This record gives sequence, C-alpha cells and structure tokens, in this order.
Amino acid sequence: MIEFATLINALDSSNKASLKKEAIIRFLTFAPEKDKRWFLALMTGKRPRRAISTKELKTWVMEITGIPEWLFIECYAAVGDLSETLALLLPPASEKLDKSLSEWMEEILQLANASMEEKKAFVLTSWNKLNTIERFIFNKLLGGSFRLGISSKGLINTIAAHFQIEPSIVTHSIMGEWNPHDYAFDKLVRGEYSDTNLSKPYPFCLAYPVEKQVEDLGLITEWQCEYKWDGIRGQLIKRDDEIFIWSRGEELVTIQFPEITDALKQWKGSFVLDGEILAAKEGQILNFNELQKRINRKVISKTLREEVPIVVYLYDLLELDGKDLRSEPLQERRKLLEQLCQGQVDPTIQLSPLIHGENWSDLQKLQAASRALNSEGIMLKKKDSTYYVGRKKGGWWKWKVNPMTIDAVLIYAQKGSGRRSAHYTDYTFAVKDGDHLVSIAKAYSGLTDKEILEVSRYIRQNAVEKFGPVRTVKPELVFEIAFEGIGYSKRHKSGVALRFPRILRWRRDKKAADIDTLENIKKLIP
Amino acid sequence: MIQFTSKGIYCIPGKFYLDPWQPVDLAIITHGHADHARPGMNKYLCHHFTVGILKSRIGPDIQVEGLAYNQTIQINGVKISLHPAGHIIGSAQIRLEYKGKVTVFTGDYKIQDDGLSTPFEPVKCHELITESTFGLPIYRWESVEIQNQRLNAWITHNQGYKKTSVFIGYSLGKSQRILNAVKDMGDIYVHNSIAKLNMAYSDAGIKLPSYQIIDPMTDMKQLDGKIVLLPPALLDTQLLQKIPHVAYAICSGWMQIRGARRWRSADAGFAISDHADWNGLLEAVKESGAEKVYVTHGQTASFSKYLNEIGIEAEEVNTNYGEELSV
Repeated sequence: MIEFATLINALDSSNKASLKKEAIIRFLTFAPEKDKRWFLALMTGKRPRRAISTKELKTWVMEITGIPEWLFIECYAAVGDLSETLALLLPPASEKLDKSLSEWMEEILQLANASMEEKKAFVLTSWNKLNTIERFIFNKLLGGSFRLGISSKGLINTIAAHFQIEPSIVTHSIMGEWNPHDYAFDKLVRGEYSDTNLSKPYPFCLAYPVEKQVEDLGLITEWQCEYKWDGIRGQLIKRDDEIFIWSRGEELVTIQFPEITDALKQWKGSFVLDGEILAAKEGQILNFNELQKRINRKVISKTLREEVPIVVYLYDLLELDGKDLRSEPLQERRKLLEQLCQGQVDPTIQLSPLIHGENWSDLQKLQAASRALNSEGIMLKKKDSTYYVGRKKGGWWKWKVNPMTIDAVLIYAQKGSGRRSAHYTDYTFAVKDGDHLVSIAKAYSGLTDKEILEVSRYIRQNAVEKFGPVRTVKPELVFEIAFEGIGYSKRHKSGVALRFPRILRWRRDKKAADIDTLENIKKLIP
Repeated sequence: MIQFTSKGIYCIPGKFYLDPWQPVDLAIITHGHADHARPGMNKYLCHHFTVGILKSRIGPDIQVEGLAYNQTIQINGVKISLHPAGHIIGSAQIRLEYKGKVTVFTGDYKIQDDGLSTPFEPVKCHELITESTFGLPIYRWESVEIQNQRLNAWITHNQGYKKTSVFIGYSLGKSQRILNAVKDMGDIYVHNSIAKLNMAYSDAGIKLPSYQIIDPMTDMKQLDGKIVLLPPALLDTQLLQKIPHVAYAICSGWMQIRGARRWRSADAGFAISDHADWNGLLEAVKESGAEKVYVTHGQTASFSKYLNEIGIEAEEVNTNYGEELSV
C-alpha cells in the first residue's frame, strides 16, 4: 500500500495544487493497475458497504488501549477524524505487512458475509501490522467517507492531462456506475468500456454569479431568462425505457421521487433532461424546508407524497434519441425540449417558464420580486451557449437576490473536523424570544482563519463545560448571519429554520442586547 | 509550601517564585523560553546554561546567578536544587525541600533524549507540579532516530526536485535539534535569531554543525537543494516567499494531527517535540512517586481527571505558561 499511503500523505499535507498533481502522477505511474482502479473507485464514492460500524471499531480500540470513553471522546474532539483518532491511539505495530490497496479492498469486500468474531479478528490482526498512516487509511477503507485533499475536479484535470484527453471525457467516464473489477484503468478513464451503461449522466453545467452590472452583458435579447429555483438540481434519464434520476451530488435518487418515474413512463423516446426538483402545491413552489422532508428517505409513503407533492421544472435537453446535444446552441436545445414536452399531460414535469423583460431594468424588477415566488433570483443563459462542463465564465450567470440577514448571538460552539479540528469553528446562534435566547441557526463558515483563532480563544476562556464536544458560551459575541430563505421548522428551538445560513461578518460593534427578536424574524417568512 | 498566585508559583517559606509571569524579587527559572523566563525580575536564578540565554533574551544587565544540576543551595530554610528536564539546553526541574517535604516543579520537559539537552532525570517528591502540553493519548512520539530519518528523507526528496528545504521551529531548542539532525545533508542556512541562541550551545561546550546566516540580503537563487532554518515568526513573511523553489516544513508536536498540518498548510509537518508525550507524562508522574499532582498548562482538565481515575490525586492549576506553543 506504500504508493497509496505516499499519495494520501502528499495530498493531505500540502495546499499547493502543483504538489498534489505531482503526487497523483507519481501514483498513476508507479502504482499497480488494480490499485489505480480502486483509487478511482474510492475517489468517486464507489466504496463497498460498511461491514463494521464505527462504534465497534471504537469499542475495540478502547479494549486494546484501556482508555475510558470520556478520554476517547476528548481525543476525537482534538483530532476531528475518527479513523485518525483510532490510528493514533493504537499501540505501535509489532509486525510489518505490505499488502496492495486492491488486496486490502478484496479482503474488506469479503467481510460482508463474515461473523462479528471473524471481522474483529481481521481488524485487530491488521491494525497490529500497520503503521499510523497505513492504519488511518485502512480505517477509512473499512467504510468511512473517503475524502482526500483534492476536489474531484482537480483529480479529473490531473488524470486528463496525464492521459492527454479532454477532462469532460474523464468526468463522463468515471461518473456513472462501474465496478473496479470490470474495466482496465486506461480504458475506464477514456470511456472505452461498453456503452450499455444506460444510467450514465452528463456533468452538470454550472453558472457563476453575475460579477458586475447586468447591463454589461449586452443585449437582453441575446439571453434566455428563467427564475433560479432552489430545489434539487437533477438529471432525468430515460434510455431504452429505463429511468434514472441523478442529483447534482452525483447520487441516484430515482426511488425517492416515484412521481417522476411514473410521469416519464408516459414519455416516448430516449433522452436526458436537466431540471430542478421542487416541492409544489396548487401551482405554488414551496419553501426548500418542505422538500427537505423527502430527502434521504428509503421509503416514500403515500402520506408523504400527498403532504409534499413535487414538480420538476425542466431547464435543458442534453441528449435525444442517442444524440448528444450539448454542443448545440441553447436556443436549439430549448426548441427541441419544448417539442418533447408538447402534449404531455402529467403536470409533474413541466418546462421551466421563461421570463421576458423589454430591457434590463424590467428584469431587475422581476429579480427583486423573485423571493415572493420562493425563487432565489434569475438565471441568465446566453441563447447561443453550449452545455459546457462545470463552471465557466460567460455562457450562464446566476443573478441572485441579496441574502437576508439577521444579527444573532453565539451560544454553542464545537470543534470542526479535518483541518479545523484544532479550533472551534462550528457555531450555533440564537436570537431573542422575550427574555430568552432561542437557537435559530448553525453556521460553519464565513470567518477568516485569524477570526477563528480569536473566537476559539474566547470560547476556551468562556465555556461552561470542560469535557465533551459542545461548549456552551457566554452569549456575548454577535454575528451577522446571511441566509437565502426562511421557513417554519422543528429543527431549532425557535421553530424557524434558515436556508444556507453563513456568517457574513463579526459585529464587534454590537452587544447581545442588540440582536434580532424572533417576532421580527418571523415576519420575513413568506 | 507552594501557593499558586496571580504572579506565579510562590514558595511560601522561601519567599521566592518559580517562573513568575509578573515582576517579583527573586525568580527561579526552569528554562529560557519566553513564557517561563519573563523580564522585570529583580534577581534570576537558573541553570548555568540558561544564564547566557536570559542575558541575550531579556537584557545583558539583569542580575542572574547560575547553578549546576544537583547542586543544592538554601534560601530562607528551603533547600533548592535543579535537575535535568531534557526540554532544551539548561532546562531544569526545580526541587524544593522544606521540613522533610519535597515539591518538584517540572517546567517543560521531555523524556526522549534529543542528543543535545541533558537527558531528563526523574526526581522523587511528595508534590509534583507538571505541565501537560500533550496530555492526550493521541500524542505518542516516534523515536528520535526515526524522526531524524524522516527529516533527512524529506530533504532528499526536495533535492530531487532542486527545492530548498525550509524547517520552521522554535529558535531555542528545536532549531538546534534540527541543525544537528540534518548536518550531513548539505549546506545549512539559519536565521540570525537562531544563530544568536546557538551561542548558548557553544558556550556550554556543545558543538553544532557549521552554518551560514540567511537574511534579506542573501542571494536566494543559490538556495536550491539547500537547507534553511527559520523561527515560526517568519512563517508568513517575505523572506520565505523570496526563496524561489521552496518547500517548508513545520516541526512541532502539534503536527501529529492531520488537521493541524492542514490548518498551517505547510508542505510538510513533522511531529518533533521538546515536550513529553502522553506516556512520557504518565511515566514522569509515576516515577516521581508524588502523592499529589498539580497540572499546569496544556491538557490540564483531561490529564488531571485521568490521573485521579488511576488513583493519583491531581488538580488543575491556572498559569500563564504555554502561550508560545500555538504554532
């Protein structure tokens, strides 16, 4: 596993893209073929089912080391990563063993059918033969999410450069469902394996926020304008009468939206659609909080379907009857999309309505009023734009309404994970409800590293607890919290939940007495 | 015998302070780091090797007296002696004996022999005042030999890419350790603040490898493949950015944790520490035979709770030490 461990170590310890690239290319050059396939599989989220729970791993480490649970929890809080905590706590290995990444993965796959005693014996024996970094990787391989210090885009670009092929080909090739046993690495990244892979989605085309004045974008007639919807961006695929729904997070969500499958069964032909899945009732788009009730459920009950009906607004047509349309201009694609939708009776799937303004200031008025429709603003797409891969400047822009903001006070803090594990970076904020404070939002980002250090120091000095992960803090530090939407929810004590809350700035000029009241905040709910 | 005051650790019968953080008449100093040896005392007492460091850091005119390890003196009926703490050159545990009762203040210490500092010696006592900087079981250091191998392997790797290997570590103690560890790997440049403290080593008769001084006038283009040592204060400064092909590594116990390495976003992090790791702290506490342990800076809450659970009475105390340890 030495090549893989070296790679992980290199990706992990540097922030420089050039060093990461160097390390990946070294790995692609020297690692065994099977290891490369597994590397790609892990990097694209294709890991085997977890055969051993983290609770079991933790119990075994406490047994071996004899440390009490509270101390384990303290260690975990200081490290911010369970696999790493386990690796650091275990006593040094007494033997040495070098297995390749693929050998480890094969053994881990076989654990699925093993008894708990067999699993335990396998893990304990393995731990005793690995050094700290190898143990860390082994623990990750056992099933945790394997996130490395590189974005999937960075990885794809490096692989593409190494093989001298287009990044979009690599993205397309590795995105769908494939098994590391089935394809050679080179063929896999080049997309040369059999194309019976019906479910394979295309990489999404993404937009940057408008940078300057919209007037600078030129003639309004060159732009297709639609509302920007805040739901689940998805790709609806029907090929050879099989239907797949992908979320933008590259997850298959087909079973969670049976209405969409039902509707698409009535559609003829093969196609790939880009659209937004939204909660909607009586023609009205609902708050994202409603849609959230349907996410990550294994079974979608009839009651839930009735409580939170959904609709898909179609944005684009990427493939029709086997032909990739992505390099066609948008207005052509839209025309074909409109033809495809014509005569469809099931209202679950609709065209995303276009909006028209005579000029930019007309559009500006619509943009400013978009929140009332539960929309976040307007999307501007050049009529001659292709459906490009990822984010590029020029073709598509998102023109969002300014976020709403409130002033809230910090009441709880927790250490972050990963690089943030040494500091308190995860905060819970509260607003006033009469004489009480009620929690309203959690936020993780928005402060500079320097501010994080300062807030962390305040928390250490003003925390009520000494043990456990959560610190209750004297309510004194006031922050301006920005968010994109607001709705009723049971998640927080306030009974209100914010959409995409983040820290806009630290209001050192304000005291806890100056924060917003729940009463006023509720008035923001549409 | 001991009282923990807002000025520092006070010896009641002796009427003097140990590593005080506010001006007092007589201060006994464990070692030369800035959080333990502060300016403003009327008189300082420390190990011989620390005298030069205090003069260089605090001022040439301070009134300071040096003691050898294991030499005993008496002040107001309190027997005082210094014992090797293995932390840095001249670092000492302070042993106080009064009417048959013995208290030891460790200052900062490590059990590992770094090859430069006089190695740690356990001292029997009734009461132990110990640090706990790395007082969690996730902190376990590799052997000094392996640590040094890692440094050298990293330099070799960088030399393969014609890069300059820059090590960031405290100017007193850590830098000299690194200097000694990489002596056969190529030309070495050190920052002036480190060179000044190297004197303390040569004054003590410890021979360090030869080096050159790096400053803004140095021709940075010549540094490809060479080795540079800088203190943490220069981490985010121009000097580092001026070196054209640079790879830099932070050497600190905190680098044991991936999150800390990534937070600093250095090219590498080496868990090389001048403090005791978890097992080292436990070993020191147990070997002292102390009935009562006071835990000063670091993981005070966890370490004292754990000691109580294994049957050693322990209590946290609030001090101002450890402030410079946030690299």
